[in-house]
Order: sequence, then structure tokens, then C-alpha cells
Amino acid sequence: MNRPLEGLLVLEFCQFLAGPSAGLKLADLGARVIKIERPGTGDACRQLSIKNLFVADDSLLFHTINRNKESYAADLKNPEDLARLKQLIARADVMTHNFRPGVMEKVGLDYANVQAINPKLIYGVVTGYGNEGPWANKPGQDLLVQSVSGLTFLSGSAIDGPVPFGLSVSDIMCGNHLAQGIMAALIKRAKTNKGILVEVSLLESILDVQFEVITTYLNDGGKLPDRSSAKGSAHAYLSAPYGMYETLDGHIALAMGSLPNICSVIGCDITDLYTDGNSAFDNRDKLINRLAETFKEQNSKLWLDLLDSHGIWSAEVLDYQSATALSNYKYLQIEQQLDLGEGKNIRTTVSPIRLDNEKLFAAKAAPKLGVDTVDINKEFEIN
Amino acid sequence: MRPLEDYLIIDFSQFLSGPSASLRLADFGARVIKIERLGVGDICRTLYTSNLIMNGESSVFHAINRNKESFEVDLKSNEDKEIVRELLKKADVMIHNFRPGVMERLGFDYQSVLALNPSIIYGEISGFGTDGDWKGKPGQDLLLQSVTGLTSLTGNADSGPVAMGLSIVDMLAGAHLAQGILACLYRKAIKNEGGLVQVSMMESAYDFQFETITTFMNDGGCLPERSKKNNANAYLGAPYGIYQTENGYLALAMGSIPVLGQLLDCEKLLDYTDIKEAFSKRDEIKAILADHLLTASTEQWLSVLEPADIWCADVLNWNALMAHEGFKALNMIQEVEMADGYKYETTRCPIRIDGELLTSTKGSPKLGQDNKQIINEFIKQNTIANA
Repeated sequence: MNRPLEGLLVLEFCQFLAGPSAGLKLADLGARVIKIERPGTGDACRQLSIKNLFVADDSLLFHTINRNKESYAADLKNPEDLARLKQLIARADVMTHNFRPGVMEKVGLDYANVQAINPKLIYGVVTGYGNEGPWANKPGQDLLVQSVSGLTFLSGSAIDGPVPFGLSVSDIMCGNHLAQGIMAALIKRAKTNKGILVEVSLLESILDVQFEVITTYLNDGGKLPDRSSAKGSAHAYLSAPYGMYETLDGHIALAMGSLPNICSVIGCDITDLYTDGNSAFDNRDKLINRLAETFKEQNSKLWLDLLDSHGIWSAEVLDYQSATALSNYKYLQIEQQLDLGEGKNIRTTVSPIRLDNEKLFAAKAAPKLGVDTVDINKEFEIN
Repeated sequence: MRPLEDYLIIDFSQFLSGPSASLRLADFGARVIKIERLGVGDICRTLYTSNLIMNGESSVFHAINRNKESFEVDLKSNEDKEIVRELLKKADVMIHNFRPGVMERLGFDYQSVLALNPSIIYGEISGFGTDGDWKGKPGQDLLLQSVTGLTSLTGNADSGPVAMGLSIVDMLAGAHLAQGILACLYRKAIKNEGGLVQVSMMESAYDFQFETITTFMNDGGCLPERSKKNNANAYLGAPYGIYQTENGYLALAMGSIPVLGQLLDCEKLLDYTDIKEAFSKRDEIKAILADHLLTASTEQWLSVLEPADIWCADVLNWNALMAHEGFKALNMIQEVEMADGYKYETTRCPIRIDGELLTSTKGSPKLGQDNKQIINEFIKQNTIANA
């Protein structure tokens, strides 16, 4: 298959997750992505481990985010390295960075200066909070961005206080948005032949994730989200029965559905709580608690079979062990193996996008720091 | 000029996943025509959250479908099908998120559309793939969160499963579909080739978890363990989390424990000098922090921690956020207007191109509001007569 971004050269000055996750997306879609890293240390994510898991010198986390890329070591503060980088930039289609405002200006690789080197370059910038206003210089860190964005009042139950999403959702969505912006810019450049500046920030991205509920808030007299007090409630804005319920041997999830129908199927009396369609909103917490009493009495399989046979939308709540054992997990080929050489490999996920009926497998492992510097200098005749 | 100006997108999708992708493409400048079922339209029009109805339709429909047109058709009528075929001949992209098999029955599956338009980009979203045992299952967000292990990451150890309180899997699938389509539009601009882009919510949900699931795969199958209290990431040590203070909350993203002990004047934390203890003893450390942070206000803690470059933040709700100068500087809210003059506020596209905000004043369409215009513009009279 010819991958759509084949032939494009991306220089990634980004570290951590947001920018590099965009680079990974572009790499899987066919672009050649070269990480530009500081000699000796490189992307700070190389030493940022979870559960102290390392693969050779670099964290497993780094390997996850930076597979299918190359690494070029260069010190932005060294004039010779900078001169080499400028030669490389002259040949690139895209460059991305996530330095704090002002850093690239100082070394002369800001958009205005880079345009003089390569007037066709797409220049992608990730910040925490945008370039203006009192937050512009705050550290762009996922949990902090979640915390100021209002997102933490959407999950969990009313008695929990703020509950953050248990993943770096601002980083990941921002990476998705950067990849989108860069590709839109590439499409435009194919017609105009001119460089384009693409900017995203973690805060704008996490606000975009909330666009439905913020729109509701803005047009509902500024009414804040009202999470249910019931355990297992799953959405501050949706009515009963939406949520997860404990059973004798686990948990099941119920999506939106007709309460009278569901309750007649599972044998739960709600006549005192449900008088009309509005009751599902008005008595949400009491209804969820009432249903929970019934679901506790049998095991998950019995409920799921019963609900399924009546066309009611439900699913089992799984942990990673049972989720990764699902037949459909294997069928969809969620995993691939990365070849680390010397017979070693690691398992990780594949791009979620299928093109022309093919999965975008890419078995190339993350690069060692600066491993491609010499070859790249040779290839591009940089000296 | 917007990047996708002059591109035409025919969007059959409903709810959130597909329509969130076409919203992004619309903000990039493409013309998006929603193909909606006669009399009913996108079911999202009547899918209310918090019971809020705006100008006859749900608030979420207005959020997702601004900047689009609506073409109301009966896909079971041959005449209407012929009109849709004419549109598809001129389209650059087609999108749908019907369950597998539906488009084959209607005659708008990839092969049929390809025969009409060899350079079309055909994008589709399924819940669990287009084939296989699970293909018929409903692709609903909470169910996807539940079966992919996502609900084991949020909340505290004793919370049971906790969902992310938004339709995050829908949005991810939409984001991935938009990416696949954009990549193919680039290829089309260079080579004039079309393509098939397929995304499933299940694959998108795992892509979202790529860090944690990769850790699970290479860590002997150890499950993620959330901390007992103040959990924000099952895989990170103390202090990572949100803590209650005397008058609100404080988010703490990093900091060596003894340094925090000194800054916060909390003697008990001074003993945790081994850096590994931040993870191995996180429950105990978080409990100490949680008790201690209750003794002063958020502002007091921030005034000590921020000058020391400790990564921390106040925890805001939307009222506090939107009153803040930091938020106002973003110009994140825009007002849009529907064809009948109804106006509403919503967020804008989060991406800036050449320093400009990709705003648009066009509100969501009433069902079928653009039928006449679209027929006049795209359909030759004889096409209908011959149908």
C-alpha cells in the first residue's frame, strides 16, 4: 500500500506526549519523522518511566510514543549544530515543537526566521495555554490543564470532589488536533506552495473535548454539571439508567434506554419513581440506586444475556486481563510487536486507522538517542 | 483561504463520532452536507442532555452540527437515492457510521460509491469493526469504555469502575476518522487517488490507552492499580492528584516529597527521602498530604508552591474558569446563528492556522433546510425526471 504521507519529512523538536503523539500519527500514515534531540539527554520522556519499566536505556513509555521514528542529536545552543539543523529544516516539510513561548525565538528557529530558510515549511507549535494572557507561561502539564478546564467535575459521583480522567487526555487530544492541523495545512500547501503556521494548546484541546457539555452550560443559564450521587453513574448530563452497576460477580454497563422497558425485563419496580419521561432526569439518582438493588442479585452473564435478548444496550465492565482476552481484541489486531534486535521485542498498539482495507502496522522500534545522526548528515549532505 | 475550501463532504453519520469529524472538516473550510432521514433526521436532534432543548432541538446537536447544511431524504425512495448519487459524484469525501450491512442494503457501500466516483474518500466508523462476531453490537460510548478496560483507570481504588464523564470514545473515533480523511485528502491533492478510511471505536479506545495498555502487555499482565485516595493516574506516584484545601482544591503534578514537605511545612513528609517511595508508599504519602493541605487555603498553598516552580494549579469549575483572564485570552467561545435567526453560544475549533482562529458564525441546520438550494445547485432537471 502507498501510505498517504509517504515522501514527507517531519522534524520533531517536541518532548513528552502531546507533540510526539502527533508525530507518531503522522509516521504511521507514512511520513518520515526525525526526532531532533539534545545530545546526552534527548527527549525527557526517555527517562520518564511508569512502574520503572525500561527497555535498554529508555523508558517503555518513550518506546510506546516514539516508535516508527528516527533520532538526530543536535544542541540548539551550539552554533555548528544549529547550522546543520538549518540545512535539515531547508529540506523538511513539517517541523513541530513544544517549547515554552520565547525559546525558539531565542535560538532563531521561530516561525518567522524559519520561513526565510524554508518558505514552504509547515510549522506546528504546541503550548499549554496559548501564547497570550496570564497563563501563557504556566507549565503545560496534563493534570493541571484538566484541573483548570472544569473537566474534573464531570466524572465520578457528586460526593467525590473533582475527579480527573485517569489518562493524559489533554495531551492525547492535543496531539490529535496537531496532527489534524498539520495535515489540513499540507493539503492547502499542495495548492499554494506556501508555509503555514499551525498552533494548538492543551487547554484549547481539553475545552474542545467538552464542547457538547460546555455548549449546554452556555445556553442553560450557566448551570454547572450535576453529577449523580449514585455510585457507578457515568455522565452528569444523562438520565437514568446510564451508568455501571454491580452484579453478584462483577459490573455491567447500561447505556441510554427506555426505563419502563428495562425495568420490566429485569423485574424492578419503579412505578413510584417513574411517572413520565421527565422522571428519568428528575429522579435520576433514586432510579439508579433502585436499579442497582436489582442488579446486585444475579451474576453479570445472566443480566447481559437477558438484556441482549431484549435488544437493550449493555456490556460487561472488563479489566485489561479480560478485555485483552476478547475474541474481538484479537480479531481487530489491536497489538503489534516491535523488533528491538537481538531477538528482543515489545508488544504495543497499532494505529487505530485502517486505510484501503489495511491496518497500518509499523514494527520499527523507537530510536536510540542520536542513532541516525551520521546517516542523516550523509543522506542530506550536511556538514 | 481555509485549508479545505472548495471540498465537498457528504455526511450520512449520526450522533457524535462521525459528525464530530465532519465538524472539524467544516471548520477547516470544507462544505459539509448532512444527509438526514426524512421526517426524523440525525437522531441526535432529539437526544437531550440535561433535558435542555434549544430552538426545538437538543443542545448537543447544536454543538456538533453547526457550520453544516442539511439535506432531508428518503433513502428508500429511488428518486431520492438518485439525487444522493448525483451529490456523491461531485463529493470529495463521504462519511457514515451505520452498523455494518446497512450501507450495502441502501446501495451506498464503498464499492457502489467508488463506481460513481473513483476518486472519492470513503470514511466509516463502526463500533467493533465491520466484520467478525462483534460487528452487530451497538457502538455506544459507555459500553466501549466498559469493555476496553478504560473504566479501571479513573477514580480511586475502592470506587469500582469509573467512567470518564464524557463520550470520549466517540470523540476519539471522530478525531481518528478526521485524520485518516485528511491524510487521504493530501494524497488526493498530490496523486488524485481516493481511498477507504475505516475506524472502529474499539481500536480508537485502545489507541487512547496506548501507554497504559503497552505497560500492561510488557509488565507480566499486572493490572493498573489506582491509589486509595486522590488518584489521578494509576501508574504515577505521589503527589500526583487533586487535594481538598480549606476553601477548595489543589492539583499537584510533581515534586519530590521531602521538598514538598519543606515548602508546605509538613514535617511527616521529610522522611520520604528515597525517591522510589513516591510510588511504593504513595497511599501513605497522599494521606499525609491530604490531611495537611486541608489546613490552609488554595491561594496560600499556590503562593508557596508556584514561586518554587512546583507544578500545581487551582481546580476550577466552568464559572471560575470563564471568569478568569487566562480563559478570556483564548477567545474560545463564539456565537453562531441559525437560518431562522436563533443564536447560541458554543466553543470554536481548537486549532489556529496562520495565527487565525477558525471561527464560523453559521449555526446548525434545521432538518432539510437546504434541500431546495442543493437540488438547484447540483441536480439537473433531467436527472430527476429520469429517475
